[in-house]
This record gives sequence, C-alpha cells and structure tokens, in this order.
Amino acid sequence: MTLLSTSAQAAPPPRRRARSRLRKEALVGWGFAGPFVAVFGLVFLAPIGYALYLSLFKDRLIGGTSFVGLDNYGEALTDPRFWDGLARVGLFLLIQVPVMLGIALLVALAIDSGRLYGKSFFRVAVFLPYAVPAVVASLIWGFMYGTRFGLVGNINDAFGITLPDPLSPSLVLASIGNIVTWEFVGYNMLIFYSALKVVPRSLYEAAAIDGAGEWRVVTSVKLPAIRSALVIATIFSIIGSFQLFNEPSILQKLAPNAITSDFTPNLYTYSLSFAGQQHNYAATVAIVMGVITAIIAYAVQLRGMRKG
Amino acid sequence: MPPRTPLNPRPSIPLTVVTGLVLVYTLLPLAWLLVNATKDQNGLLDSFGLWFADDTHLWDNITRTLTYDDGVFVRWLLNTLLYVAAGAGGATVLAVLGGYALAKYRFPGRRAVFAVVLGAVAVPGTALAVPTFLMFSNMGLTNTPWAVIIPSLISPFGLYLMWVFAAEAVPTELLEAARIDGSGELRTFFTIALPLLMPGTVTVLLFSMVATWNNYFLPLIMIKDPDWYPLTLGLNAWNAQAQTAGGEAVFDLIITGSLLTIVPIVAIFLLLQRFWQSGLAAGSVKE
Repeated sequence: MTLLSTSAQAAPPPRRRARSRLRKEALVGWGFAGPFVAVFGLVFLAPIGYALYLSLFKDRLIGGTSFVGLDNYGEALTDPRFWDGLARVGLFLLIQVPVMLGIALLVALAIDSGRLYGKSFFRVAVFLPYAVPAVVASLIWGFMYGTRFGLVGNINDAFGITLPDPLSPSLVLASIGNIVTWEFVGYNMLIFYSALKVVPRSLYEAAAIDGAGEWRVVTSVKLPAIRSALVIATIFSIIGSFQLFNEPSILQKLAPNAITSDFTPNLYTYSLSFAGQQHNYAATVAIVMGVITAIIAYAVQLRGMRKG
Repeated sequence: MPPRTPLNPRPSIPLTVVTGLVLVYTLLPLAWLLVNATKDQNGLLDSFGLWFADDTHLWDNITRTLTYDDGVFVRWLLNTLLYVAAGAGGATVLAVLGGYALAKYRFPGRRAVFAVVLGAVAVPGTALAVPTFLMFSNMGLTNTPWAVIIPSLISPFGLYLMWVFAAEAVPTELLEAARIDGSGELRTFFTIALPLLMPGTVTVLLFSMVATWNNYFLPLIMIKDPDWYPLTLGLNAWNAQAQTAGGEAVFDLIITGSLLTIVPIVAIFLLLQRFWQSGLAAGSVKE
C-alpha cells in the first residue's frame, strides 16, 4: 500500500498527475471497501439472485424439476395461507408500531427535557431489553403469560378470578405485540434520544425568547428536527413487523393451537421449505413478501420526507 | 427563582412518575427472571411469581444448568462465544474499512454500493434464508460454524453508522497532511483515522455482538447438530423438549439458562455504555 503514496514520485505534468491521483484514490477506496462488498455479494446478492432463479422452477413428484415460468407467482398471489398471514402482520403493524414508537418518543422527550430525576438510569434501564435475545424474551413472557406458574396464574389464584388467557387464539397476536414492544421500545427511544441530543440548543433559546412554552418547543422545534430519525425508526419497525418470526416461533411451543405454521408469512416460508421441502415455492413467497415490504417501506420514506 | 425555560428545567416529580411506569414495564420481566431463577420446579409452581420461594436454589440451579446432559450448556456457550468473536469481530472490521472508504475516498461505484446496501436492508430475512441455506448446502457449509459466521459478517447498519461517523470524525485535511508527509494509505488509516473512529467502532462492535449473541433464525435453519447450537437454539430445544410427551420438563433449567444467557451481554452493555452511547449520538442521525 505504501507503494501508492504520491509524495515520493517524480513530478509528472499536472494533468497526468491529477488523473493518476484519481485512479489511485479509486484503487485505495475499493481496497478498503472491497472486503465488505465481496462478502455482501456472497450473503446478500447471490442468495437474492438464487431465489429469483429458484422461483421459476417447480419440483414434481414425477419428472424432477422443471421450468414453470411465473406459475409459482400466480400460485402465491392466490394462496389464502399467504394472504391470511400477511393480513395478520398488517394488523399487527398498524397497532404495535404506533404504540411502540409513541412510548419510545415520549420517554426520549422526557429524558431530553432534563426534567427527570435519575435521567441516566432511565436511559440505560429502558434500553436493557434490547440486549435480551428474542428467544429469552419470548420464553420469559411466555412463562409469565402462562396459567401454571406465570403471573396470570398467580393473579387468578390470588383473586379467585379467571383472566382471559393471553395464549388463546384470540389474544395471542396482542401478546406477541407486547413482547415485541418490550424488546424494541428502548432501542427506538435511544435512536430518538440520540437525534434530540444533536439538535442545537440555541433553537430552544430562540423559541423561549419568542415566548414558546415547553410543549410548543416540542411540537415546533424538537419533532421537526428529528423527522429523519422518526422516519428511519418507522421504516425499520415496518420491516421488522413483516419479518415477524422469532417470537411466534418460540411461543408456538407454549401455544400450539393458537399459532399455526402459517401464522406469519415468514413462518409460512419456513415451514414450506423445512417441513414441506417446497423450496421453489418458499423462495417465491419470500420474494413476493420482500417486494411488498420494499414497496411499503419506500412509500413511507417518500411520505415522511415530503412533509418536511 | 430563575424563570423556567427549556434551557433551565427543574426535575419534575409527576413526569418522573409517569416515565417510571415505562421503567417498571421494561424491568418487570427481568425481575421475574431473576426471582424465578432461584426456585426449583416445586417453587415455580407453588410460590408467587414476583417473590422468592421459602428456600433458594439459585446455586443449585446454576450447577445443574451447567452440568445437565453432559454439560451441553457449556458447549453452547462456547459456540456462542466463537460465533460472536468471529462474526461480530469480522463484521466490525468490514464495516469500519467500508465506512471509512465510502466517507473518505471518491471511487466509481461508491454511490451504487451505498444504495444497494441500504436497499438490501429491506429484503426480509426469509427471502434470503431459504436460498442462502440451499447455496450453503451445495457448498457443504451447512451444519458447520461457517454457516453462522459468514452471514454474520455483514452489518448494513454498521456500515451506515461508520460511514456517517467517519465523514464527521476524520477531517480530510488531516489525511491530506499525512499524505504530504509521505505516509502510505494503510499507515494513515491505522495511525490517524482508526483512533478517531474508536467511538463509532465500539458502537458497531457492541451492536454486532448483540445481534450475533441473540441470533436465532440463522442458526435455526443452518445447524442441525446440537453440538454446534448457540445458546438461543439450545434454550429453544430445552423448551421444545418440555412440551413433548415423554420429554423431561426442565423449566427451572430454561429459566436459569435464560438468566445465564443474558448476564454477559447485559454486563458488556452496561460497562461500555459511555462509549457506545457517544458513538451512536454522533453517528446515527446527523445527516
């Protein structure tokens, strides 16, 4: 690499020097970025290409694998098991994401306002669940939901009542929403809080001189200033909702009747490929899901940026 | 008394109490885990979930968790450490090098790299999981540590964070000065850029460590042999075993094992919070 250093070379004419300098910069730039790009190609781009390829074929019992064009896509678009799962994560997304981001934003604003006792304790303690693996979070909550040695069972025993079972088919989606909220509220809070911290304090001063109250400063200064953080957190949460897998997959063992193998599109692709050996169709469903996710994430980004 | 302004606030009891509700919500399950890791199976069934049973079995539970089934939990712990060291360590190196290049060098394809990486974040895990599994299977990598380590090497979030961080933390004039003094690009990187990139690097390392330590989906599809399980998969296997007819119910071990799984990663976060929080604040959102 020292070979590439410009300084020791005999001075060529200026034009050529500028061009060789550009070429050198490109070489060094790719040298640094190359390892990431190479591995990225192997674990992101190659599988996407391979999935597209797989989606064009079908495994038949007799005759082996044959090219079927877009048949798999036609099947996926009319597959009720896929659409039911998609509707479920859609409902989940509409309720869980606003609740989670709302709580995260309120806590971030509260910490940033400087009006909390023990503010650094708040910041760290609310963030802690993010460090807990989804498996452990789902196990803890799953046990707590349980009527045997969970809190729900404790409360029932103590008061002689029968609370609705959080693991029943009608409530299990809300119960999963609670786990996901618990896991990520602190992470989003930290994103918002980091964004608030870099807002210039002089803006608050100016607003205060103009007679703005605290709430007015929040709505007119702070929220617009962290718009991009809000949009990014929303997009990541939407992607996360569409990918819902870990929590239902683990709760499935505690609530086998409530969580079916096609509960979410992700669970559906998983069971298609690993229980059903339908790799081609699983790849197709995954691609359709990826396209839907990308479209919605992109639409949210456009809308979020335009309002500014 | 000075006037109350946004710049000169006084702590507020009502606000602390209201925000405290969120605190209770986030800490309650962790408290439940801690309390119940001290109980044996009978205690789990007989005593109130948020208070200790009459006798404590914490030490006994820890010993049994570590020795159950020929000490398979320890094996899972070592596997997890391997995946974290190789996966998160490698991911950090790649993200730092790549982010530095994107921020400080003009090279053809630079914008494309960024666009493709950010676009790829929107691709759902399963869209990649099935074909990645089949690809790795053809390459003979499934059921080996490589199948978990190689995909862990890419952190799009890490690349983004390092890119924003490097653009801000490493002055281009400083790099120019080093070049004029005759320092090669690699030496400039190690002696000048890297020290300035430290807060961002620690942040990326910590978040990659959590992602790898907590990874469940990837090993779930890649690893069939329990000898190569990470902790998350092992705990899940114990839970599945308790639910199957004839399988031994080991709820006490699952709970203690869960506690043992989160203690190291939580400890690392608490110990290094000063570093990762400053890295996140500088890097994540200023655009």
